[in-house]
Amino acid sequence: MTTYDVLFTIAGAISVASGLLAVSTKHLVHSALWLIVSLAALSGCYLVLGAEFVALVQLLVYVGAVVILVLFALMLTRAPIGRSLEHDTSLMQRAAALVVGAATAALLATVLISAFGNDKVRVNGGTTHALATRLFGSWVWPFELLSALLLVALVAALALARLPISRGAGHDAVQGAAK
Amino acid sequence: MIHSAPPMVVVGLLFGIGLYGVLARRNAVLVLIGVELMLAAAGLLFVTVGSLTSDAMRTGQVMTIFVITIAAAEIAVALGVILAVFRARGNVDMAQPGESE
Repeated sequence: MTTYDVLFTIAGAISVASGLLAVSTKHLVHSALWLIVSLAALSGCYLVLGAEFVALVQLLVYVGAVVILVLFALMLTRAPIGRSLEHDTSLMQRAAALVVGAATAALLATVLISAFGNDKVRVNGGTTHALATRLFGSWVWPFELLSALLLVALVAALALARLPISRGAGHDAVQGAAK
Repeated sequence: MIHSAPPMVVVGLLFGIGLYGVLARRNAVLVLIGVELMLAAAGLLFVTVGSLTSDAMRTGQVMTIFVITIAAAEIAVALGVILAVFRARGNVDMAQPGESE
């Protein structure tokens, strides 16, 4: 065990444990809050792997923006505060989901370990300077395309918010807007 | 120096947890949280492979930044759809049947 191993194991264990709580807690709001812990611990993993810029982007975008959006959506859909069993599927389906999830996790971990082995390798994170040179050099066109994607997403979200929908007559309203 | 197995185990576990969340939840917002965990696993895999191999293009980290950006755009649109569904149906329960004609 090297120092990197220990640090990564700590951050990874926090991330996995809080991810598990995020998908299993009975409190709706706690689920979003555990997601914050999980994604923040994941940015710790990125730091250990030498990707400090990605770690900061992860913190800013996920913890700062995405989880806030999720919390707002929970608020606007009148999520019940406190413990409630209404947002889980039946016990049978949850057991099946557990089997599928565990099998996928085992399969992925096995395949990845057999592909990359368990050798001790030097962490080759590179510097932020090198990353920036690449991002605005070789990768500049995909990067520009992403800004167009963000604009499209912004317009799409606005258009969705302006759809004239009323409760009960939702189907007719959507059709009326399309005409 | 780092062993390459622990990051791979974390990737597998995070993806499995996210898949469980997508399959086991009925509230649409909670399903999105499962999707976010799966995307996080994909990003961790990109960064891990990028850091464990010598790649002058820095593909792993650049791709993770792209994945994070696309995930942010995706969740904005997805939450817009969820709110539209909530306005039309009064709930976001995915186990309930849709509107009857």
